[in-house]
Parts: sequence; structure tokens; C-alpha cells
Amino acid sequence: MADNQMTDRTEQSRDTGADVTKGWLARRRQAREEERSARGGMDYLASIPRKVVTVYIPLAIFLFILLFPFYWMTITTFKSNEELYNYEDFSPFWVSNPTLANVYKLFFETSYPTWLWNTMVVSVAATFLSLFCAVCAAYAIERLRFKGARTAGLTIFLAYLVPPSILFIPLATLVYAYGVFDSNWALILTYPTFLIPFCTWLLMGYFRSIPYELEECALIDGATRLQILIKIMLPLAVPGLISAGIFAFTLSWNEFIYALTFISSSEHKTVPVGVVTELVEGDVYHWGSLMAGALMGSLPVAILYSFFVEHYVSSMTGAVKE
Amino acid sequence: MALQTATQGTGAQGDSVGLAARLGQNRTFLGVLFMLPAAMVLILLLAYPLGLGVWLGLTDTRIGRAGIFIGLENYEFLFDDSVFWLSVFNTFLYTVVASIVKFGLGLWLALLLNNHLPFKAFLRAIVLLPWIVPTVLSAIAFWWIYDSQFSIISWTLIQLGVIDHYINFLGDPDMARASVIAANVWRGIPFVAITLLAGLQTIPQSLYEAAVIDGASPWQRFRFITFPMLTPIIAVVMTFSVLFTFTDFQLIYVLTRGGPLNATHLMATLSFQRAIPGGQLGEGAAIAVAMIPFLLAAIMFSYFGLQRRRWQQGGGD
Repeated sequence: MADNQMTDRTEQSRDTGADVTKGWLARRRQAREEERSARGGMDYLASIPRKVVTVYIPLAIFLFILLFPFYWMTITTFKSNEELYNYEDFSPFWVSNPTLANVYKLFFETSYPTWLWNTMVVSVAATFLSLFCAVCAAYAIERLRFKGARTAGLTIFLAYLVPPSILFIPLATLVYAYGVFDSNWALILTYPTFLIPFCTWLLMGYFRSIPYELEECALIDGATRLQILIKIMLPLAVPGLISAGIFAFTLSWNEFIYALTFISSSEHKTVPVGVVTELVEGDVYHWGSLMAGALMGSLPVAILYSFFVEHYVSSMTGAVKE
Repeated sequence: MALQTATQGTGAQGDSVGLAARLGQNRTFLGVLFMLPAAMVLILLLAYPLGLGVWLGLTDTRIGRAGIFIGLENYEFLFDDSVFWLSVFNTFLYTVVASIVKFGLGLWLALLLNNHLPFKAFLRAIVLLPWIVPTVLSAIAFWWIYDSQFSIISWTLIQLGVIDHYINFLGDPDMARASVIAANVWRGIPFVAITLLAGLQTIPQSLYEAAVIDGASPWQRFRFITFPMLTPIIAVVMTFSVLFTFTDFQLIYVLTRGGPLNATHLMATLSFQRAIPGGQLGEGAAIAVAMIPFLLAAIMFSYFGLQRRRWQQGGGD
């Protein structure tokens, strides 16, 4: 009898749990749609010719300037050497005879593939390590509300403000002392110092938006905090996790000063460091392969970004707005 | 609760279960447990190095040789070092000019993107490209654009008849400063624009409608609605922008390495140059530590200077 009642209550609370989730998701969707339909509310006040001068032309100039370096990078990559330095016979803004020689040279005559691999390994490992630490910390600060949770949250935020350029010298001595100097571990262990604060801050905001009732239902059903975190919070926080992951990955991919300081041998370098230190030989700059290196190093992040634009933008604006 | 008390009474094994269960309910214990991984990393690799950096600045440590405590000697040396003061000046010039330009252009771009446009999501996505591409790699593209012999900017201007010789972008001190600032602005605009755009989208349309009915001009609508509503987010965005610009390293390292004649040396690049290639870890650390008060002042100024309006809008903290 008592047993029966127990299951009954469990069933019921599970129902309410699902309802709360559903209601919450619907509210979120509705809010997003309202926001979308509110856009361009007073647009009818501007006439078309006026809009061309005040909006389209300035916007076109902005886009041209923001995108030109990428265009220039791309066409330089595919130019042959004679075309590259001859502006008289060939228009510099176009490629007459595209060639893959620069790309070929990059991939088969330099350590570029190794650098790509290192960057990938380091970024993925640092991202997952940081996400693990950040999920635990954000859950503790936001939901356990232990003594000092507010202080911990503030400390995390302050930690994000510590710039790598004042940390790299003492970190270099530490990395050397721990015996991981000049290895992938040096970067996998140090990148979380700027990734964890960022991811924690972002996930705290995300966890806050998940209704507390869900957790209460689970607590009544006898779930432990770990079960709640894994089975309830994480599935609902997937968009937040993706945002934090994408952002952390790009930040690791772009990192330069630690990689420049902690890595000395060519086979452990990351793409940014490798391109700057190894592709520039003396006074002769091979602009073709340099640009190819820059392009190929930018593409992975650009492609990843193009799949998750919304997540990326929301993480950037969300972190600032909190 | 009753279940717990019951198990506690059933001997040693039950006792340990009770203890585990009770710990599992204790928020402070759980909080510490969950915080542990992040706290370990941050204490070992962030807080400790920060302190170690301050200590290193007080020693004469070199690469491969442990240093001894020398008090403020590094700072005394830097105080008489004209290159150090030049780098301080450069850092301020770079931060102030780049931040102001980034803010102005970023706000303009945000206002443009806030219009009703075709392909809006696509536009917003490609505007962010300069921000997501690794700084070092886009800096290399700028290096090529600024090349003294094959600069595309010089070539275009000559073809248009504006100038008659190639511009020495990175060879002339003032020109080099302007060039690195331009490259920094190029990279920073998207961040400012997209975050301000997010702020713009939270301003209710009804305010503008009311203002139009009252006969407000576009400028008045911007000055008395948009700008005040945007101030809190401007404060945060500019704080971050100042922070990133002040501690910039990558762009300078790639484009000029501090040259010509140290005209573009920032404190971060000078610190690196003295510490790693120069081997003077102590002196490099002292320069890095010298950045902290300036950095705090810059953050305080942009944060509190712009934030005081928040309470006027009825916002909490």
C-alpha cells in the first residue's frame, strides 16, 4: 500500500518535471519569436533612397574592409611566384593562373601537418578538461549555494580578467619545474587557466535559466546531486555546453603567447607559432606559403564557427551581459 | 530523514552509509567537492604563478639560473630605462586610440546591423570573422598588406594618383604605430559591434514609437533613448576591450616585434623580449608586474566611469 503510494507520487512528480521542462522550453521559444517579430518595428519610416545612403553604403564599406584581408590571404595562397610579385602584367586583385604549389609546399615540405595535429590535440584536450571543471564549478556555485558561493563566483570572474601576458613568465618557470616544458601537456594544462573562468561564467548563466523546480522534483524522488547534474541539468544545458565548448576551442586554437614561450622544438609547435617562427626564414619571406599557412590555420575555426554561429554569438554576448 | 536515522542505528556498516548520505546532503561539503577540480587548476596555475611573478620581479633570476632576492633593483633599473617609459607611453597611446576608434566604429556598425536588412543572420555571421580567426594569422595577412614593396594599399593609391611613392607602413615610427593600431581596430570592431547589437535588441520598440510621436529627431532618439539604455553594456564591453588592448602581444610580435626604434614596443612585448630571448626573467617579470596597477586603473576607469548610470534605469547589480 505504502509502496503503491510511493510509486504514485514518483510518477506524478516525474510528470510535473516533464511539464515544467516543456513549459520552460515553450516559454523560451515564444520569447525568441517575440524578439524576432519585434525587429524592424519602425522600419517603414525610412524611405528606400535614404536607406541606401545611411545604411547600405556604410555597411558595404564596413564589410569590404572587414573581409578584404581574408580575400587577399586567399588569392595570395593560389598565386604563383611570378604573378605574386608582378603587379604590372597581372592584376593583383585576381588570380590568372591558380596554382596549388604553395599549399603543396606547406603540407609536404614543412612540418605544417604536425602543427595542425598538435593544435587539434591541445585544443580538444584543453576544451574537455575545462568543460569538466567548469560544469562542476558552475553547478556548485549556482545550485548548491554553499557558504561562500558568491565569493567563489566573483573570484572566478576576476580570474578571467588576469591576462596571459602577465602570467607567461612565472608559468614558464613552473612548466619547466613540473617537467612538461616543450610538450603538448604544457599547453593542455595551462590553457584551462583562461578557459575555466570563461566557461564557468557562461555555464553559471545557463544553469540559472533552468527552473529550480526540476531539481526539487528529483530531490524528492531521492536523486543525488550527481544524478541531478548528469541526468537533468546537463541534458537541458546542452546548448550552453556547446557554446562554451566552441568558444573554448577557438580560444585554445588562437592562443599564442603560451605556445610561443613553452614550446621550443618544431614537432611540438602549434599552427600560430609554427607559421610565425618557422615559415619566416631570414629576410626572404615566402608570402605564398605564409598566406597558405595562415589560410589553412584559419579554416578549421572558421568552418566550426559557421556550423555553430548562433551558439558562438550567444556565448559571446551572454558572457558580457551577465 | 526518518530513513536516515533508522540506518544509523544498525551498526558500523549502516553508520558509514549514514555518514556518506549525510555528506551527500551537506551543501558545504558538496560545494567544496564540486569546486575542487576548477579550484585546483586555478590555484596551482593562476593564483600561484601570479604571486610567483611578483616574487620573480624582486629577484635577478635568469634562464637556467635561480635568482636571489634583490629588492626593488629591477624597478629602479626600469625607472631609469628610457625604453621602458617609451613602452609605457606606447601602451597608453595604443590602448586609448584603439579603444576609442573601436568603440566609435563598433557602435556605428551595430546601429547599421540593427536595421531591417536582408540576410541579416548571414551578415552578422561574417562580420564576426575577423574576431574568430587566430590573431596571429590575420596579423600575417596584415603584414603582407603592409609590405614595403608589394603593399596592395600603396599600389592602389598610386594607381588612383593619390600618392607617388610606396608608403613605408612598418618602417617609419609614426606610420608603424598607426598601422598596428589599424590592425588592432580591424580585429576588435566585430566584438564591440556584435555585443552592442545584442544590447540594442533588448531596447523596447515602444520607447522609439513614443519618441517619434513626440516628434523626436533620429539624433534625439539616439541620444536620449539608445545611448542611455546601452550604457551598462557599453561599460562591460569597453572594459574588456581596454583589457585586451592593453595586454596585447600577438599583433605587435608578428607585425613589428617592437620596432622601428622601439616605437611600437608595448609593455607586454618588452616583457617578453627581455625575459625569453633576453633571458632576464626577473626583469621581464618586473615589467609584467608594472602592468598590473595601470591595468587596474584602466579597468576601474572604464568600469566605474561608465557604470554609474545603471541604478538610474532601475537595474539591480
